[in-house]
Amino acid sequence: MLDDTNLAETTVANDDIKIAARDVSVYYGDNQAIKGVDVDIADRTVTAFIGPSGCGKSTFLRCFNRMNDTIDICRVTGDIRLDGEDINAKSVDPVQLRAKVGMVFQKPNPFPKSIYDNVAYGPRIHGLAKSKADLDDIVEKSLRRGAIWDEVKDRLHAPGTGLSGGQQQRLCIARAVATEPEVLLMDEPCSALDPIATAQVEELIDELRQTYSVVIVTHSMQQAARVSQKTAFFHLGNLVEFGETTQIFTNPKDKLTESYITGRIG
Amino acid sequence: MSDASMNTTPSKAKTSLADLSDRTRRRNAAEKRFQAYGIGAIAISLFFLIVLVFSIVRSGLPAFTQTVLDVEFVLTEEQFNDAEKQLFKTKAYSGYFNDALTAQFTEAGVSVPFDAKSIERIAGKVGGTIREFYRENPDQLGQPTSFQLAASSRVDAYINGRFTRDTFTESRFLMAADLDLVDAMKTSGIIKNVFNWNFITGADSGVDNPGGAGIGASVVGSFFMMLVVLFLSLPIGVAASIYLEEFAPKNRFTDLIEVNISNLAAVPSIVFGILGLAVFIQFMHLPQSAPLVGGLVLTLMTLPTIIISTRASLQSVPPSIRDAALGIGASKMQAVFHHVLPLAMPGILTGTIIGLAQALGETAPLLLIGMVGFVARGYPEGFVNGFVEPNSAMPAQIYTWAARADASFYDKAWGGIIILLIFLLTMNIIAIILRRRFERRW
Amino acid sequence: MPLLWLLLIVFAIAAFGYVLGRRRALVSANRDARHLHSLPSYYGWNVALKTIIPAVMLLLVWLLVQPIVVYNTISSSLPSDLVDSASSQGLLMSEISRVSDGLSTAVSKGVLSEELAASSSLDAETATAQLKEAGAVVTNDITAPVLSAAQDYRSATLSGRWIMALVVIIVAFAGAIFGLSQSNKDFRARNVVETVIRYLLIGAASIAILTTIGIVFSLVFNTIEFFRLYPASHFFFGLEWAPSFSGRGGSSELGVLPLLWGTLYISIVALIVAVPIGLFAAIYLSEYAGPKVRGFAKPLLEILAGIPTIVYGLFALLTVGPLLVSVFGDGGVLGVNWQGGGRAVMTAGIVMGIMLIPFVSSLSDDIINAVPQAMRDGSYGLGATKSETIKQVIIPAALPGIVGAILLAASRAIGETMIVVLGAGAAARLSLNPFEAMTTVTAKIVSQLTGDSDFASPEALVAFALGMSLFVITLGLNVFALYIVRKYREQYD
Repeated sequence: MLDDTNLAETTVANDDIKIAARDVSVYYGDNQAIKGVDVDIADRTVTAFIGPSGCGKSTFLRCFNRMNDTIDICRVTGDIRLDGEDINAKSVDPVQLRAKVGMVFQKPNPFPKSIYDNVAYGPRIHGLAKSKADLDDIVEKSLRRGAIWDEVKDRLHAPGTGLSGGQQQRLCIARAVATEPEVLLMDEPCSALDPIATAQVEELIDELRQTYSVVIVTHSMQQAARVSQKTAFFHLGNLVEFGETTQIFTNPKDKLTESYITGRIG
Repeated sequence: MSDASMNTTPSKAKTSLADLSDRTRRRNAAEKRFQAYGIGAIAISLFFLIVLVFSIVRSGLPAFTQTVLDVEFVLTEEQFNDAEKQLFKTKAYSGYFNDALTAQFTEAGVSVPFDAKSIERIAGKVGGTIREFYRENPDQLGQPTSFQLAASSRVDAYINGRFTRDTFTESRFLMAADLDLVDAMKTSGIIKNVFNWNFITGADSGVDNPGGAGIGASVVGSFFMMLVVLFLSLPIGVAASIYLEEFAPKNRFTDLIEVNISNLAAVPSIVFGILGLAVFIQFMHLPQSAPLVGGLVLTLMTLPTIIISTRASLQSVPPSIRDAALGIGASKMQAVFHHVLPLAMPGILTGTIIGLAQALGETAPLLLIGMVGFVARGYPEGFVNGFVEPNSAMPAQIYTWAARADASFYDKAWGGIIILLIFLLTMNIIAIILRRRFERRW
Repeated sequence: MPLLWLLLIVFAIAAFGYVLGRRRALVSANRDARHLHSLPSYYGWNVALKTIIPAVMLLLVWLLVQPIVVYNTISSSLPSDLVDSASSQGLLMSEISRVSDGLSTAVSKGVLSEELAASSSLDAETATAQLKEAGAVVTNDITAPVLSAAQDYRSATLSGRWIMALVVIIVAFAGAIFGLSQSNKDFRARNVVETVIRYLLIGAASIAILTTIGIVFSLVFNTIEFFRLYPASHFFFGLEWAPSFSGRGGSSELGVLPLLWGTLYISIVALIVAVPIGLFAAIYLSEYAGPKVRGFAKPLLEILAGIPTIVYGLFALLTVGPLLVSVFGDGGVLGVNWQGGGRAVMTAGIVMGIMLIPFVSSLSDDIINAVPQAMRDGSYGLGATKSETIKQVIIPAALPGIVGAILLAASRAIGETMIVVLGAGAAARLSLNPFEAMTTVTAKIVSQLTGDSDFASPEALVAFALGMSLFVITLGLNVFALYIVRKYREQYD
């Protein structure tokens, strides 16, 4: 168990840039939700986006796998590169992009299918398994990586909706890692969970850092401090400050960041 | 956390995002296909709609026109007296008519042989019509009068191109030679198409006279039925909805009402016809074929629809309005009637009009309580009689025409549908305007 | 029309009572409304309601009961030989009431004087002639005993009406006076009026229950009557439908199975047309179409739903039927001779399918929209395409709801009347050929009850048994479908 009061390991394991965003703006109709943001997301690192509600951090997160495409009135400008490739280029199919950049949502959203089928859904649509045994293998591996294998291995064919909230969210994480993504986006993954389930998921996030680049949006500053190595603070659609988590929390450069962290604004 | 400890680096080969894999290509093709099915489904539905509208308009328009023989005619007083003295009076008038027709042909420079028999096949017994006219209007004697005599339904069909000389089969109703005569009349302008007012204002005719059939009497029948439906279903529907939405305690009685309403909404309309027959006519001895009974049956049928839409409008009034009224000491009843109901009224009226439109097009229950088309033989005498005198309704009249053996009635049926749809369209447009104009979003 | 006048009189008393009650209450409070318990108008309403409600209720009950009482009195006083000579008591009584109505018509048209119509000096022959002149529906010559019974019937009805008018007016006055006597400043008029209104509201809501009871009773009693005349086992298991036209022969074969088969077959064809088209239309509109396309296509689909069924019936009879014959009929495009006439299972089924498209699509649209957006996000987030999401996530999630919608559509198809009356044909057949004419339960209800047959004959009563079967089947389908849909909605609430 991680200790709440301690900051997470500050060493950024890796300096390779996984995602580079330059001058990204997002509009909802006439409303500008994100105003020219530049961010570099490092590989094998947990990056946290924090900020008051409505500051645009979730919207920005959804740019990384083009989930904003599914909203009719939403328009994204600017340049986002994954391993140096423009993800908004015409030739890029969002379907392939999303296979590489997986996502876990705020509310656990298991499909109304069995646990097995939930996890197997991604590998099936992307054709990752050559045989039934192969698929079984992927499912088991993913569930193990989602730290839920022991709890569900005896009831793989029970509906995923029958699990508890924390289990459902870990199932969703397992489902996301089953497609073998390179980046994992997490949009407030613990906001609907109780403290114990939150602790489990946070521990899992720390494990996932070994393999993936993780970007997590969170409401809770403590959570950002616990799980992330880098933190970006957003306010009203602007990126106010971006740096090492320790630095942001102990020695913020910006007045606004300081006010937020000390609880004067929020 | 032993589960997560067996991390392995993904063994996937690095691929560029820009390279579309074969699999993605296949999936995108499947996506396109699926989308095409959806567009296809919409297109098929709209195609059906277009075909439906097209066949209604194309087949219905002839009902609004009538083929007539337009003949200029002068009858002197001597001729009249002369004819009245004869044994076969109408035959004498026919003779005068034929003379006038010949004169008109020569004037137009057409010569075609004809006799009284062929005229009778084309325009019916013209002598009788002319005699009738001069007996009623003796002051017209000696004046030039223009007669518009309705052509027979077969001539009408020929003029409107429903059959040609090639597809024509001779019968005692129309001979091949008559077609020459008809063509000659057409070129000399004697036969023409005029607007058939009788179709809009007239009553149903006998089975042998499709030309004379009109829908007016059934429009009146429908009107009286709709009055009954409006004045019963609106107050009852609103009262029931107010009770269920604002006052009803949560108990088994309320549940029973709810279950009944939702089930009645789905009971086939013909079952309501059986109810009307058994309860209103057999048990209560209300008059058969009366718009009153039709209105009662349709009221029971429409009530669930009106209650459901009224409840939706009541629900859309926010509770804060009720709280505000109760907060300044109004009783619950006053809060509902003074504040909630007026705010919900546009929605209620919209729902009522749509319910009425549904009732207006309903046919099956009316057939069972005897409101079939051939009952509509004339206008009711007086307002109160309109409710109890036997009459038909528009859809039932249309059904009666469609069920008749003479295909000439089919035009009338399609024409009747145009009139029915005009009414429905008007009602729906009013409902839409009401909704646009008064609907509030809270 | 005395009834209308009577109602107007009652309302006039009520209006008068309103004014008086209001004034009386004000006077008792020294013309200062602040001393009243309730607003002055409530005192007026108290009087008006107490005038109208008992009087109108009495009026309604009287109108219901009087014909039954008169009917029973007259029919029990009929000489037995007269009943024997007529074929049945019911026929005789309807003859008598017809003559009685005819007498009234003749009087109102001035053909017959009121005195003569009621007097015993009127002989049967002149009566027949004069009734015919007045345009009354008199089938054959009226016999003397029938005429005198009709005169009794008429006088009983008339005097009953006069007594009713009198009693109703007395009750109205009594109510008004009672209400007035209550009107003083301490009387809680608002509470009383509101309680009365509350009961009126409950009464209005109970009409739904009364309607159901009415339906069940009118079906059950007549069905029992039918089974007394015709064995139930022959009805339920008979493979032949061949009613005799004479009206009262034992030769009728009234088996329901061919009709049920026709109903089922046509409904299946209709669903085969409506379900895929409606479902795909709903999916396209809710998942793919932009707001523009939706704003254009949805109202058009709704037009299809708003068209009355008689229009579809005519469309089947005159457009689709001939079209199908020109394709599948003798000398048709395909060169096959499958379809003999325009009326066929296919004709009715296809048109009914068109009618059901908007029904299926709007129900499915609601149900698909009830699937939470989180499901879609979850699937897109894993890199699924839209169609994969729809096929593998949304449809399975919405499946119970869609099944419910299909069942509701099936119940619609089974209960649909006008399309099958005009498009399906009149011959009851147990056949598999969809191009053959078949008939349905609803079509036969119409044909058995709109003919001239006697309502007491099994040929007419069978319609009630058919109605009963129809009611039970559609009700069962509906209850089941609504149950499924409700369970489905609870899942996502």
